[in-house]
Parts: sequence; C-alpha cells; structure tokens
Amino acid sequence: MTGKFNNVYVKETSLVAGKLEKEGKLRKYYDKTYNTYSIEKSFELSEVKMNNDAIDILLKKSNTPVEKVDLFVGGDLLNQICATCYSTKKYNKPFLGVFSACATSMESIIVASSFIENNYIKNAICTTSSHNLTSEKQFRNPTEYGYTKPKTATFTSTGAAAILLTHEKTDIKVANFTIGKIVDLNQTDPNNMGAVMAPAAADTIFEHLTNLNITPDYYDLILTGDLGIYGKEILKDYMKQNYNITLENYNDCGTMIYDMNKQKEITSGGSGPVCSCLVNYGYIYNMLKEKKIKKVLLVTTGALFSPTFTFQKQNILAIAHAVSLEVAK
Amino acid sequence: MESKKYQKIVDKHQPKEPKTFNLLAAFITGGIIGLLANLLIDVYTYYFHIPTKTAGIYMLITFIFLACLLTAIGVFNNLVKKGKMGFIIPITGFAHSMQSAILDYKKEGPIYGFGSNVFKLAGSVILYGVVSAYIFAMIRYLIFGG
Repeated sequence: MTGKFNNVYVKETSLVAGKLEKEGKLRKYYDKTYNTYSIEKSFELSEVKMNNDAIDILLKKSNTPVEKVDLFVGGDLLNQICATCYSTKKYNKPFLGVFSACATSMESIIVASSFIENNYIKNAICTTSSHNLTSEKQFRNPTEYGYTKPKTATFTSTGAAAILLTHEKTDIKVANFTIGKIVDLNQTDPNNMGAVMAPAAADTIFEHLTNLNITPDYYDLILTGDLGIYGKEILKDYMKQNYNITLENYNDCGTMIYDMNKQKEITSGGSGPVCSCLVNYGYIYNMLKEKKIKKVLLVTTGALFSPTFTFQKQNILAIAHAVSLEVAK
Repeated sequence: MESKKYQKIVDKHQPKEPKTFNLLAAFITGGIIGLLANLLIDVYTYYFHIPTKTAGIYMLITFIFLACLLTAIGVFNNLVKKGKMGFIIPITGFAHSMQSAILDYKKEGPIYGFGSNVFKLAGSVILYGVVSAYIFAMIRYLIFGG
C-alpha cells in the first residue's frame, strides 16, 4: 500500500548512541553518547534512560513544550516493547506502541503522519531504541557468553532516536510511504538476517516504485535499514533478477555507522531498530537540511521472529516499510 | 519455486567461514589447556604430595574457578573470540556458560533470576551427560560384566 502525505513535516530529530557507535563514522551527528552499556541499574533500564534522553533532547532542541505534543508513537525490540512503554510514561501523553522489529521507526512515522495528515493532531513524537546487550540476552546467548560469530551475523546497535513530526511547514517534508507485506522465502538462519530481510526490502521498493510510477533515479538516495554488507549485495542481485531494477544510488544504513575496517566485532554491519535511525535522523537529515540531496527513500527492514518460533523450526519472516523525505518547496 | 531461486542468490553471496583456521585455533588452545591441566596435576602431586586422583579434582576446581573469574571480569568471551571453541569444550566452557548466565540474570533476583536461569545453557549438557553415562554404563555392565 502506497500513499502520499501533503502536510506532514519534520521539525527536529535527536539521537543518542553507545560507545561503539561513537567510535564509528557518524559520531558528529549524535546529540549525546555514552561510554558504557550500563548507565542505569540494568541494561533494560539503561535502554529506557537512553530513550528518555533522546526525547528530552528533542523537546529542548525544538523548543517545544511537552504539552504541545499530542501523541507518542514508538517501539523497540524488547518483549512487549517495554523499553518504549517505560520511557514514555514520564510524559503522561497519549501513546501508541508499534512493532515491526527493525522496521519500527518507519512504521511509527507512517502511523503518526496519518494522524497529522487528517488533522486529528498537530505534533507527534516517534521514538525508537535498541541496546546491544538487552537484545543479546533476549535473542541469543547471555551477554558475557563467548562464541564464534559467523561472518553474516549483524551487530545490534545501541542508542535511541526521536523525531518530531508537525503540521507546520518546515524545510523537510514527509512525502510518500509504502506499507510493506510480510515476506517469507524459507529463510531460517538467525545469523544471516540480511538474507532474511532483503526480499522484503525488494518487495517494498518495487511496490513503491510501481505504485507511484517512478524509477529509482527519482530519488537521490535509497537507503535500506540493516541488511549488512552481504544482504546489500543479495538485495541488488535479487532486485535485478526478479524485478529487473538496477539499484545504483543505494546504500545500507547498517554498513554506514561503523568503521568496518577497524571495528572487527561488528561482523557484517549494524542492526536493530535504532540502526537505521542513527543514519537517517542524523547524517541524512542534515544532508536534506543543507539541500545536498533533495529526495530520499528510507526503507527499514525488520525480521519478525522470536527464539521460540525459531526453535520450533518456523521460517523467519521479514517486513519492510518505506517513507520518503523530501526538501519542501 | 521462488524461494529456491532466491536461495541460489543467497548462496552466491555467502561468505566463506575460515573453518580450517577455527579448527586449528581450537585444537591449539584446547591442547594448551589440556597441557596446563596436566602440569597442574603434577604440581599438586609433586609439591603438595596430594594423591593423583585427588589432585585431578583439585585441578578441575582450579580451572572452574579461573573460568568463572575470567568470565566475571569480562575477559573470557574475548578469549573465545580469539582462541575459538578450544576454551569452550573443556570444563572451562561449562563453568563459563553457568557464570555468564548468572551474571545476566543477577538483576532479576536469586529465585526468578539466576536461580532458575543458571542452567540455561549448561542444562542440556548435564541432562544428556547423565543420560549417556547411564546408557554406556549399562552397555559396559551387560557386555563386559562391569
């Protein structure tokens, strides 16, 4: 499903990030960074604190009192999206929790934008967060457990991101969107998420381009969320073979955050809901603001699964949601 | 049909894992641990005059303690990343799996936290270790008469 928003604008964004992200390539775009994974009593509470920091910084940066925010939309990776729920409690505002794993950020923008577009609300904040160690604990092994990671494995990014959407005209407009379908191509390896999610990204990009009747060069840049270095190649290849579309002005956020030559622990790239935001809400947002690029398509990809379903030999499902940001005329 | 076609693309972009290197690294680190363990038994018997059988138990306790300590100070997982599974297969790996689970669930308290999660990884090893011990003991008893 593809649609167009006419009066939804981005007022401000904020990003907080962890230690390894700070040592990466995009450090100057983060508003706050931490030197440790444990800024609160537990890793889970640390994620809550990061989320709170991101929202507080956003409100301060945009000079918006919290009373003016009508709706909070957000999600994260933890069970029952608890990190988001516990961090939003403080603001005492209407809240919608959303979940699409690593595609949560774009889903939250689509949800909030449709309320703004239809004049139900004026301002909304979308939040997303992830924490490397809370995800390790939930999806993989205990955090201190040592094991050899395959090359295709991705590394969950640590941080939180918030974006303030508004009906008032600003420089950057939320333009087109596509809500993705659940894609299942019999992928079962949780250590190769790029392969799981690439077909979902391909499907969403294809739907988006076909429904709007445009070609990939309509956008200055097309970005996927967290396919990693191998997933990126799979997507390009699959796009070419299955849809006959060549992606040239394309990159993957997961491969842009870290210094892949120096930071060996990252394996094939970053992942997690916040991974795409660490690029989109900082680096890309600034490029749009400075008018270096005019139109960008953000395709976030999420793997929908749980350890229980994987152990019960079920395929890993994937979804991708796309939103395009444009410099307002 | 489409998923088969897709699998071909995935396989094409699958990076090669350094299996030979991993095996070799594990062989060497595992071997070094075995060597150190034997040296330790010799030290216990020679200098402390402990009988060899008891010295073996003391050696195990020493290695379990070291593995737990290195896990707690955050060194062991980095050792595994470098030395591969050679650290995991001996008893050090067993101690490491329990210790790391305890650290992870410390905040949830002694009952619902580390109490119930300590065997999260090691549980299968214990269960199948005990079951296979019974089976092989039974085979030995029936065939060789004890």
